[in-house]
Amino acid sequence: MKRSAYAYPYLLWMALFIVVPLAIVLFYALTDTVDGRLIFTLENFSAAFDPAYVKVFLRSLWMAALATVICLAIGYPLALVLSSRHFKAGKLLLMLVVIPMWMNFLLRTYAWINLLSDNGIIMKALQFFGVENLSLLYNQTAVIVGLVYNFLPFMVLPIYTSLIKIEPNLYEAAGDLGANSFMSFLKVTLPLSVPGIVSGITMTFMPAITSFAVSRLMGGGLVTMYGELIENQFYFMRDWHFGATLSIVMMVLVLISAVLTRNNKNKEGGMLW
Amino acid sequence: MADRIIELKNIRKSFDGETVLDGIDLYIRRREFLTLLGPSGCGKTTMLRIIAGFETADSGDLLFEGQRINDVPPYKRRVNTVFQRYSLFPHMNVFDNVAFGLNIKKMGKAEIARRVAAMLEMVGLAGYEKRQPESLSGGQQQRVAIARALVNEPEVLLLDEPLAALDLKMRKEMQLELKRMQQQLGITFIFVTHDQEEALTMSDTIVVMSRGQIQQIGTPVDIYNEPANAFVADFIGESNLLEGVMEKDYLCRFAGYSFPCLDKGFMKNEEVEIVVRPEDVDIVAPEKGMIVCTVRSIVFMGVHYEIMLEGADGMLWKVHTTDPVEPGAVVGLYLDPDAIHVMKSSDEPLASEQEEMAALEEEEDEG
Repeated sequence: MKRSAYAYPYLLWMALFIVVPLAIVLFYALTDTVDGRLIFTLENFSAAFDPAYVKVFLRSLWMAALATVICLAIGYPLALVLSSRHFKAGKLLLMLVVIPMWMNFLLRTYAWINLLSDNGIIMKALQFFGVENLSLLYNQTAVIVGLVYNFLPFMVLPIYTSLIKIEPNLYEAAGDLGANSFMSFLKVTLPLSVPGIVSGITMTFMPAITSFAVSRLMGGGLVTMYGELIENQFYFMRDWHFGATLSIVMMVLVLISAVLTRNNKNKEGGMLW
Repeated sequence: MADRIIELKNIRKSFDGETVLDGIDLYIRRREFLTLLGPSGCGKTTMLRIIAGFETADSGDLLFEGQRINDVPPYKRRVNTVFQRYSLFPHMNVFDNVAFGLNIKKMGKAEIARRVAAMLEMVGLAGYEKRQPESLSGGQQQRVAIARALVNEPEVLLLDEPLAALDLKMRKEMQLELKRMQQQLGITFIFVTHDQEEALTMSDTIVVMSRGQIQQIGTPVDIYNEPANAFVADFIGESNLLEGVMEKDYLCRFAGYSFPCLDKGFMKNEEVEIVVRPEDVDIVAPEKGMIVCTVRSIVFMGVHYEIMLEGADGMLWKVHTTDPVEPGAVVGLYLDPDAIHVMKSSDEPLASEQEEMAALEEEEDEG
């Protein structure tokens, strides 16, 4: 295949920043340092399937899936309302959904820690009503709240985009042919927004499963997710080899879920790639 | 009245303070092909949308078989619409598009398949069941839209400029086909168009509208031969429009001469407007004519010549004839009494004037 000369800088870029780093990761995963010497081994991979790590893996899968489902449950109705032609403030409210994304991810998460902490406004309010012995922070629910809050815009935006693209005439046509608003939603709105839903799920699930900041900050080390596990290998255990192995396991997982969602004849709604 | 399927009584509608329908009174007979005709902005589409239920009248009554249906939602009305831009469901194939209404009614699968097949057969799209709408030509999409509406066996079919997006040849073909379908199925058709030729070809009844009001209701022949006012005369077909006075019954005066005519019942010396169709003017020798004119231009139009002539008073006449004359020649014009049609003066601006007014307003808005 003949390539344009303009493609070469891109190929160079890909080689330098994608292929080479991946090769390094793979190299680390397949090696270990014993007595200061580098040896090739598959030891790391068998260790990665230790039940303790598999448990973290399954927990990450479960939590990311749960966060995605909640995002969809909140995001779809929200996108539906925002995209409604009868709802004049829709554009303004969409801005409100987007604006938090302009803020640093960690700052947003810290804000939630503040809200949910024992001295936070929510706890104070609950204490006022006599609710005691309850902790909102550093448990699985807190991590889910953090994930949902951080990734909700990634669910709302693609769904909103696919909804706003539906020609209003189609609703009139459906009504004309005897469909009430519920049937019209079921037969026209929902099927035509499937590309947005698929994009939204992809764009929420993938960052959620790889996230490490939310689980560390809001789970307080008690609810470890896979991303956090990898981070720990690099920063605290200083075991780059095992960290690289876990990274590869996660990459394969993400790749599988990407392929699964891509199989869907996805043409619209804005994809990650 | 038993044969009145739809009645509009003093229907008014305005958008943002601008009156779109200004007291419409109209009844539509069962099985008739009725056309709402008028320039853009005359309110014809709004009227159709009120009948379909997509818009609600501000005041007045909409009756369906004698029942007031102002507040009945579209999905409960026994009418179906063919939209201007087709509005086919892009996620469904041709079969599912046509079957949509029947599926909503929870009809049995076999019955749906039978009816859809029959309807696709009628619109000439048998074998296209599995095709996606986007893979069809404009004309084919239009046929699917017609089939999708008609398969529900509506009492009334509403068509909103359904042929506007088609090319001329396809449009002519669809005009005849729509007429055939209407006669074959015996359904009432309400057709909206701004194309007077289309209206004349297809309709049993034409409703000519301008600026939210009905100007004339009649058969195509009536509307063409007996226009109610200058607006209608100008909008339907080509015409020579003149101002004149009625001297007495059967005698009118315009262009500096008196002419015998067939009209009566006007006041003495009442100011009137006169329409003379270009094909009703005979070109004769100067001494035999009623008006002496000089030929300014002659253009061959295919079936006839269009000749522009100038009278002594500077009045321009348009004449259609199959006999050519030499430019510059001095000839006489002869007007048979039945070529002259006298109308009451109306201050309704002509369609071309309305367009100019709208353009001016737009300029003002911008400035």
